[in-house]
Amino acid sequence: MTDHELMWRIAGGSGDGIASTSQNFAKALMRAGLHVFTHRHYPSRIRGGHTYTEVRADSEPVRSRGDGFNCLLALGDSFARNPKEGAYYGDEEVKPLAENLDELNDGGVIVYDTGLLDAEDIPNFEERIEENDWHVYPINLREIARDHGREVMRNTAGVGATAALLGIDLQYFEDLMAESMPEEILEPNKEILHYTHDMVQEEFEFTHDLRVPEGSHDEEQVLLSGSDTIAYGAIDEGCRFIAGYPMTPWTEVFTIMSQALPEVGGISEQVEDEIAAAALALGASHAGVKAMSGSSGGGFALMSEPLGLAEMSETPVVLVEAMRAGPSTGLPTKPEQADLEHVLYTSQGDSNRVVLAPGTVAEAYEQSRLAFQLAYGYNIPAILLYDQKIGGELMNVPASHFDREPNPDLGAVTTEAELQDAPHGPGGKFHRYRYDAEDGVSPRSIPGQKDGHFLVTGNEHNPAGHIDEDPTNRVTQVERRASKLDAIREFLDDQGTQTHMGPDEADYGLITFGSQQGTVAEAVDRLNDAGHSVKGIGVSDMMPYPVEEMTEFLESVDEALVVEMNSSGQFRGLTQKELGRFGGKLSSLLKYNGEPFEPAEIVAGFEASIEGQDVPEQQTTYVPAAGD
Amino acid sequence: MSAFSAIGEEREIDREEFTPTLEPQATWCPGCGDFGVLKALKQAMPEIGRNPDEVLLVTGIGCSGKLNSYFECYGYHSIHGRSLPIARAAKLANPELEVIAAGGDGDGYGIGGNHFMHTARENHDMTYIVFDNEIFGLTKGQTSPTSPKGHKSKTQPHGSAKDPIRPLSLALTSGASYVARTAAVNPNQAKEILVEAMQHDGFAHVDFLTQCPTWNKDARQYVPYTDINDSDDYDFDPTNKTEAQAMASEAEQSLYEGEVLTGRFYVDADRPSYQEEKQAIGEMPEEPLAERYFDDDYEWERTHDMLLDRHK
Repeated sequence: MTDHELMWRIAGGSGDGIASTSQNFAKALMRAGLHVFTHRHYPSRIRGGHTYTEVRADSEPVRSRGDGFNCLLALGDSFARNPKEGAYYGDEEVKPLAENLDELNDGGVIVYDTGLLDAEDIPNFEERIEENDWHVYPINLREIARDHGREVMRNTAGVGATAALLGIDLQYFEDLMAESMPEEILEPNKEILHYTHDMVQEEFEFTHDLRVPEGSHDEEQVLLSGSDTIAYGAIDEGCRFIAGYPMTPWTEVFTIMSQALPEVGGISEQVEDEIAAAALALGASHAGVKAMSGSSGGGFALMSEPLGLAEMSETPVVLVEAMRAGPSTGLPTKPEQADLEHVLYTSQGDSNRVVLAPGTVAEAYEQSRLAFQLAYGYNIPAILLYDQKIGGELMNVPASHFDREPNPDLGAVTTEAELQDAPHGPGGKFHRYRYDAEDGVSPRSIPGQKDGHFLVTGNEHNPAGHIDEDPTNRVTQVERRASKLDAIREFLDDQGTQTHMGPDEADYGLITFGSQQGTVAEAVDRLNDAGHSVKGIGVSDMMPYPVEEMTEFLESVDEALVVEMNSSGQFRGLTQKELGRFGGKLSSLLKYNGEPFEPAEIVAGFEASIEGQDVPEQQTTYVPAAGD
Repeated sequence: MSAFSAIGEEREIDREEFTPTLEPQATWCPGCGDFGVLKALKQAMPEIGRNPDEVLLVTGIGCSGKLNSYFECYGYHSIHGRSLPIARAAKLANPELEVIAAGGDGDGYGIGGNHFMHTARENHDMTYIVFDNEIFGLTKGQTSPTSPKGHKSKTQPHGSAKDPIRPLSLALTSGASYVARTAAVNPNQAKEILVEAMQHDGFAHVDFLTQCPTWNKDARQYVPYTDINDSDDYDFDPTNKTEAQAMASEAEQSLYEGEVLTGRFYVDADRPSYQEEKQAIGEMPEEPLAERYFDDDYEWERTHDMLLDRHK
């Protein structure tokens, strides 16, 4: 983080093009050489209702949304209705301006559309401007757009205005528009962009000192979301079959895959429900294709039945679970990390699955590939657990990060030649579930292979797959399946999948998993800069859990604070369960209001925890160590 | 050479290959109609020229699910009601497999009813056998979706207040391109219908009446039956959907009045299978996907080369 970073927020109504405009804005800044990071906030509505996206840009790598923001483009909500009659959704008309002021930093810049927003409706606006040293530029963006093109193009007018105020070269926006717009709307948009830019430069006296930072990276970058990287990891790992049912935020991965798979000769199926979706993935995998399915909390609940079948039958499959705030339908468009226990333990019987939780957009690519490697290498279901935050946020990643060889290896399968010499049962069935398998992995045959037929069943079964309730067989098979997790643990330890932050030696530890990793990393740096002795770890392996590495980490610190987005401290609970100790060393910093942590909240939470005070922010909760 | 050399292998196939040693061990009750399905299936298989290694039989849970334990082929004894989604994905992954799904009336018309409707509407090229005995057998005699109205059981002690599911009509309305009913008491007709169903290019639904002598006490409940295609009393055209629907409706009503009408109700040989539809719009490759993983010469695409440009 530098002092000159830009944290630009565009606000308006759902359906007003906030997402696409911000995406172009972020891409323009990336092309200008900046590191960018976006944070999306949107309601569970298609049209109208307050929505915003932040774009944080800096000359140094950006790891989180940051604290608050310093430039607001308030476009107005063109779908706001009945503001005076106290309609169901309340006083909407001025929300894009009013709702965002609380988080606008001191010295911030405000551009708002006087065509849709009446500043007089905002309580104490003038006083607040003075108090916070805000710099306000009221512009009738709606009128400009209408005069030079169409009213919906007021986003472009807004971009032109902020580009002038921040000193961004318009060429970046022009290029992006030319790449995405048909000729008939490109011309008026270009005209609006330039007109507003020039008008702002000529007519306003700039009182602020916020300018776009200098670009720094020279390597080719790409702007991607976690949903993109999960999908691309799957494709590069040879996944050619997906089945799903739409549910926010999983739909993003499903959509990307559905568009990409036919291009690579793969198959995507939108089916009747999530039980079917997971079952289809099992069917395709059984028949010899790398397959995936997925959902979000409620849909994943339906998948618990096929998930158990995948464990018992040792059918490889990758399921993704995009967490949103629950229980039940919860907050459909807001992030939370409260499905961890659901994903670890759902379905009957002892869990025999891999659960990986990527910590960043870039990491989600590796973890997606890894999930397939583990699933197919060990004939076990692997779950990729992430949340709405990682799924939807955009970050720049060097393009070279994705420049890797595809891996179509189907993993633990037999060849027909091997089947000739393999043991078979009296009826002719191949011993697919043999007792003496190395690392517990008994290779499967694929339907159509000669002499390979066997029986898959969700019942306990003998080596040929026949239902078998013999106690000795039962114990042998349970232990063989469980031993695969030990082998996977060893493999993952060699990969070094956990992310360490800060110095090697420190007095205190910050522990997190999944999407909060970048924010915690930023907090660790800030705490050390402020004179604390802190190191951090972002854990990505939920099952099997990195027992050795975490024991080492926790033994090396006096105390540790577990940062996670849920109200019950699920990851802290998992850590204590897996390690069987450290109960007195671990305290929790929790947030579950539908928004991810900001780095300053973690800094404040940490300082409060070591000083034994309550956490100052209303929206976060501190839970002391069990031993205290 | 194909990685799946069992597929299309030309040789004399003996029906005993499908049940070499296991049939006597079957744990179905004496007199169970499920024996009839097993017998008909193992007789049908060599007639369509399929050997055990090129057949995938996906079953659900219940007495019907045990079919897989007594039949030699690639078997997938899955979970209650879910045989169809597993079967249809396997067929999409490798269309050269002979894919059969099987389940009971609770499995197929109750818990799996949604999958039944959607698999029929998509017209996947597979055969779906439903063991219809109007009762839950393995859970010991509860009312099923095809139990007659008024049927008394431990879970419906006052007699079911529900009208039964009409499986033939449901299959027809949903879009199945082959609809038939047969009975375990008539193994010859059953075998013929299974052969037709497997040779049919599309979703073939066979409602297979299987008597349950244990929980539906009348072990001869589907005797005598009438073959509607052989009888002069039932003049209808099975390629005409309207006539087929009327005939199916009549058969479904008469079953509960003690008259068992079986045979082929509907055949649409022209409707393209789901696979053909998907291939026609470019959403499915012509070659079996499953083969690709065994093809060392196949050039696997990378997202870096084909998808990253749009993110730059």
